[in-house]
Amino acid sequence: MDLPGIAASSEKAHSPQGLEQARESEEILRVEELRVEFHFPDSKVVVLAGIDLDVSMGEIVGIVGESGSGKSVTALSIIGLLRPPGVVTGGRVLFCGENLLDLGADEMRAVRGERISMIFQNPRASLNPVFSVGKVLREVLRLHSGLRGAAARSRAIELLSDVGLPDPETVLARYPHQLSGGMAQRAMIALALASSPQLLLADEPSTALDVTIQYQIIQLLSRLRKDRNLAQIVITHNLGVIAELCDRVAVMYAGTIVEEAPVGQIFDETRHPYTKGLLAARARTEGAGELESIPGQVPDMRNRPAGCAFHPRCAFATGICRTATPILEMSGARHKVACHRWKELA
Amino acid sequence: MTDSLLEVAGLGKRYPVRSGVFGFRELVAADEVSLSVKAGETLALVGESGSGKSTVGRCILRLETPSGGRVRLDGKEITELPESEVRKLRPQMQMVYQEPLESLNPRHPVGKLVAEPLFLHGIVPKSDIKRRVVELFRLVGLGEEHVGRYPHALSGGQQQRVGIARALASNPRLLVLDEPTSALDVSVEAQILNLLKDLQEKLKLAYLFISHDLAVVSMLADRVAVLYLGQIVETGPTRDVLFNSYHPYTRALVSATPVDHPRQKKRRISLSGEPTSPIDPPANCRLVPRCPFAQPVCSKVEAELASVDAHRSTRCVRFQREHRNGIWNPSE
Repeated sequence: MDLPGIAASSEKAHSPQGLEQARESEEILRVEELRVEFHFPDSKVVVLAGIDLDVSMGEIVGIVGESGSGKSVTALSIIGLLRPPGVVTGGRVLFCGENLLDLGADEMRAVRGERISMIFQNPRASLNPVFSVGKVLREVLRLHSGLRGAAARSRAIELLSDVGLPDPETVLARYPHQLSGGMAQRAMIALALASSPQLLLADEPSTALDVTIQYQIIQLLSRLRKDRNLAQIVITHNLGVIAELCDRVAVMYAGTIVEEAPVGQIFDETRHPYTKGLLAARARTEGAGELESIPGQVPDMRNRPAGCAFHPRCAFATGICRTATPILEMSGARHKVACHRWKELA
Repeated sequence: MTDSLLEVAGLGKRYPVRSGVFGFRELVAADEVSLSVKAGETLALVGESGSGKSTVGRCILRLETPSGGRVRLDGKEITELPESEVRKLRPQMQMVYQEPLESLNPRHPVGKLVAEPLFLHGIVPKSDIKRRVVELFRLVGLGEEHVGRYPHALSGGQQQRVGIARALASNPRLLVLDEPTSALDVSVEAQILNLLKDLQEKLKLAYLFISHDLAVVSMLADRVAVLYLGQIVETGPTRDVLFNSYHPYTRALVSATPVDHPRQKKRRISLSGEPTSPIDPPANCRLVPRCPFAQPVCSKVEAELASVDAHRSTRCVRFQREHRNGIWNPSE
């Protein structure tokens, strides 16, 4: 189970000042004031309005939000896969102290291949249909570890069985369309782990899967945190997945983080009206009766409301909420919230 | 049960699948499915992909021709009716789909889409159609200003409201809801679920609610039928089925549903592997290859859906033999 690659890659050389900038020894990623715009021929739309986020070794940070909140754009910007019309217009993405936004395309490709990996919602669509699983895995192993032939094959089998695929030798010969959704996601995770990354970005990793398979994937990601000390950012709209898997949670709304805290505090000491609304709106097996829905809908980023973007849907909005944008401030030792009225509402 | 609006008995749907050069095998999408729904009641049909839940819904509405079994609507046998007769019954039974945008014609304003069934079935006089469309829009929480818009100009939640308005246009008594909220955001999903509840109360609608999401089911359904590989494996009142499940598959489904709160502890029962292929399924209990509680007897005896008490039934052979007053703890 233990892989030699982890220790080796974390000892790789970084600029000395970079190492100093990593404020905690185990902090692996720090995103500061990340701004992203979509540049259209006739307009510019702010999609991320300054995101701050950090992740430590062995920690799973969840990003929860509804469609259009900017969760996927955040992940794509971190790993350097943001494509036009998306443009990073500000901020820093410090990975082991090094600002990834300063890297050239080749350097970034090396980081992406070896130290940060990403998995997506629809695993079958993200695997190339004309290559077998084994072919893709061996290619990745050749590029990153220089393994060839029998060595690559046995390592590929090891990786596949490590992610819980039964009968890995048969899976090696299969093409993506011959895999079920759950098997394809496991194969994707095996691919993502082939280079022994330190950080895994998972964008709705279990959303397209059936409930029983979703739970298997949750268990797998949880095991990777334990066995490999793998840091993860898990993007989901499902608060149940957050409750199962995450250590810390950032709640996103309209391109900003509105609340961030350890998972227990998000559920028990909820501060932001939007987070409260999300928790009250979800159907629960334990509860029955009417759900408290949030009125209105997620704003169109082209017509982002002034002030607090949530104010048109917020039952507690007052004058200041309509004019001034709240900043994400500390509201407890590890709890941050962006709401003008959190103190009064607590 | 004679007071049921919808009664389905022994419904089956088999598709021939080409296999090899000359051979055909059978994909069993639905096998001996029996269920009933009363006016004002919601029956949830729960299962994972490939369980046949959508097929059952489509067979009931005769969007597919069932391979066997009977469907009765309000006591009237509709299984053998020719298509022309079924068409006359369609106003009474309508469907709401998972992807509202894909089920709405992008070239027409949504008001026209809602007016269409009114024309087709001659529900109201022509002069009255405009008034009725606005009334339907109000009923589903949309305003007059939405009538002239095109589907793409509406949000996902609004599109689904249009889908519901269109289904309601013909004054149906039964709605088949095929995962109506699974494409929606959490906050919007709650709005639509509340709307469906209100409409049911107001219009005494019967719902056949197709879903894979037990949390949503627990909020909307009175009774549940759990489907695995085309067969109902358990039925009963929602809370009983979810909180005291009989069948190992139901138990696994409940245990795999994410917790409501990070501190919540759950007993986990995991099924090994993935659903077996519905092509030539195992003869006896279909869960045997994945079931943690399977014993040799499970593969030897035919698993039949049998009543446990007045309200509940299960297809588990071991449960039927070993339970005491509805309690069976196979892990002991």
